[in-house]
Amino acid sequence: MSLWKCFKMAVSSILSNKMRSMLTMLGIIIGITAVISLVSLMSSMTNEVNSVFEDVGIDAVLINVMDRSNKELKPEVVQALADEHPDVIRGQSPTVSMPAVIKNGNDSLQSTATGVNESYLGLKKLNVEYGRELTFIDIEKRQKVCVIGTYIAKEVFGGNALGQTIKITGVPYEVVGILEEKDDSEEDGDDDCIYLPYTLATSTNKNAKVSSYAVYALNQDMVEQTEALIEEMCDKAIGDSDYYNITALKAIADQVSSILSMMEAMLVAIAAISLVVAGIGIMNIMLVSVTERTREIGIRKSLGAKQRDILSQFVIEAGMLSCLGGVVGIIVGSALAVGAGVLLELTVRPTTTSIIVSFTVSAMIGVFFGVMPARKAAALNPIDALRYD
Amino acid sequence: MPPLVEMKDVYKIYRTGGVSVHALDGISLTIDRGEFVAIVGQSGSGKSTCMNIIGCLDVATKGTYKLNGRAITNYTQDELAEIRNKMLGFIFQQYNLLPKLTVLENVQLPLLYAGMRESEQRRRALESLDRVGLKSKAHNYPSQLSGGQQQRVSIARALAGDPSVILADEPTGALDSRTGREVMMFLQQLNREGNTIILITHDNSIAARAKRIIRITDGKIVYDGPVEGDVTVMKMHGAGEEAPEDEKAKGAT
Repeated sequence: MSLWKCFKMAVSSILSNKMRSMLTMLGIIIGITAVISLVSLMSSMTNEVNSVFEDVGIDAVLINVMDRSNKELKPEVVQALADEHPDVIRGQSPTVSMPAVIKNGNDSLQSTATGVNESYLGLKKLNVEYGRELTFIDIEKRQKVCVIGTYIAKEVFGGNALGQTIKITGVPYEVVGILEEKDDSEEDGDDDCIYLPYTLATSTNKNAKVSSYAVYALNQDMVEQTEALIEEMCDKAIGDSDYYNITALKAIADQVSSILSMMEAMLVAIAAISLVVAGIGIMNIMLVSVTERTREIGIRKSLGAKQRDILSQFVIEAGMLSCLGGVVGIIVGSALAVGAGVLLELTVRPTTTSIIVSFTVSAMIGVFFGVMPARKAAALNPIDALRYD
Repeated sequence: MPPLVEMKDVYKIYRTGGVSVHALDGISLTIDRGEFVAIVGQSGSGKSTCMNIIGCLDVATKGTYKLNGRAITNYTQDELAEIRNKMLGFIFQQYNLLPKLTVLENVQLPLLYAGMRESEQRRRALESLDRVGLKSKAHNYPSQLSGGQQQRVSIARALAGDPSVILADEPTGALDSRTGREVMMFLQQLNREGNTIILITHDNSIAARAKRIIRITDGKIVYDGPVEGDVTVMKMHGAGEEAPEDEKAKGAT
């Protein structure tokens, strides 16, 4: 018997009992909807988290020297390390953070200024849109200049900030550069930033020492080597490891993403349980259907239907039920995921892999759970089946 | 050429709860091509078991059964299905048409399982429907037809595969006497056209329309011969309850 005929038979059988077919499919629909929407949401969250780390610099290793240490990690030492290992380290910069109250006329604004060297913006892949970057001369000569983010530029100067002077904790700085907008110019976002020469930042600091650095590895694979080199350097310069700490963002990112993927696996497992339940529902309905159609099976057998004819008829029907459920589930799940993405302000796109996998899984569930009832139907004795009422 | 149907000392024994029931108790018979045989018996006589074995729906416990010279022993379910498909046409008391298929699709079923091409299936099924005079109802559903018409559809289905034997199990059982007579006349006509027909019935008046009667009681053959020699049928015939001749039947309708 041709496959096409089998499909036609399955379709007409499904259509002849619409209510029951719908209810049977509902299990699969819910299961696949859950899988698709949860996996899509999770993967977009993972992407989001990864992109945050990427922004900060997943190749960065941060050094922080405690204030209570009487020893010092000098910028020259860190620079020397970077110069010595160009195959491992891309560059370094001191990062001296200080709170900044910016005044322009009557407006005042709270932000954070970071003292850095001339290579920092490049290392962090921050581009200057207007004006220029900080230069070696600025750092050496302790020029009172700064580069600011678009948030500051807009809030304090209404956008036209180049060449203006801003007072940071009482000291006037000339704005020489404005960065490209990165994060919708929101407060506390990536655009709420001020960069100035670290040589000036340390002078306003109470002990005038640089206590933190960002060292950038050549690439992600070099992060561990970079960490080792820094460890060695700090050990030499400071000695007691209680007085400094070294943080590789990649390690944190790896941990976060492993937690996220564990959560994803758990969600998939829960959704998978609902798929198994749905499969049992299909099996149940197919068993009922076989019993109901015992006489039909008897007639078909008396007319020469072989076991595999009956078997394929029921397996295809079960498979088709669950495939249909799978398709509906994929559509509903994708819609739900995209909808949730809009609410959570995430870009959620159901992945092709998850769609293909869900469809395959639903087809397999139908076939797997359809085989048992179908075998029962195929094994029926034609005499008994013909007599069945 | 071997006889079409040949049973030699066939037993069918069911064991239920330690008691063995001999549904068929040593039956031997031969049926040749072109015969119109009625197997008659009361319910429980073993006639249905006999039909099941002739129809390859069941196999004998003991003895040999040959269909067209081929011994039906040690066959798998699927092989039996293929023999039924190729050599046998069934007509049932309850018509046994599938209600969700059209008349045409119902008649196509045995051809479908024979693995025939769709176009060929249609052609043959329509031809077969034409023979029973229901070509115009091809696209109706069985439920839209009268009982007599449904039985004619099931006859068309039995004929579609061009079988060696047509097995009719109480074909008039669900019909009123007039429609029943029509169906019987149709079977007689098919027989005149050369088809071998085996009729299973408990009704002597129906059996009287065959050419030969095999009477079964308690799993044994008690009479096998022409209609005229069967005492029970002749007694009834004499009582004038039912006329065996075509002409009289026509006159009655």
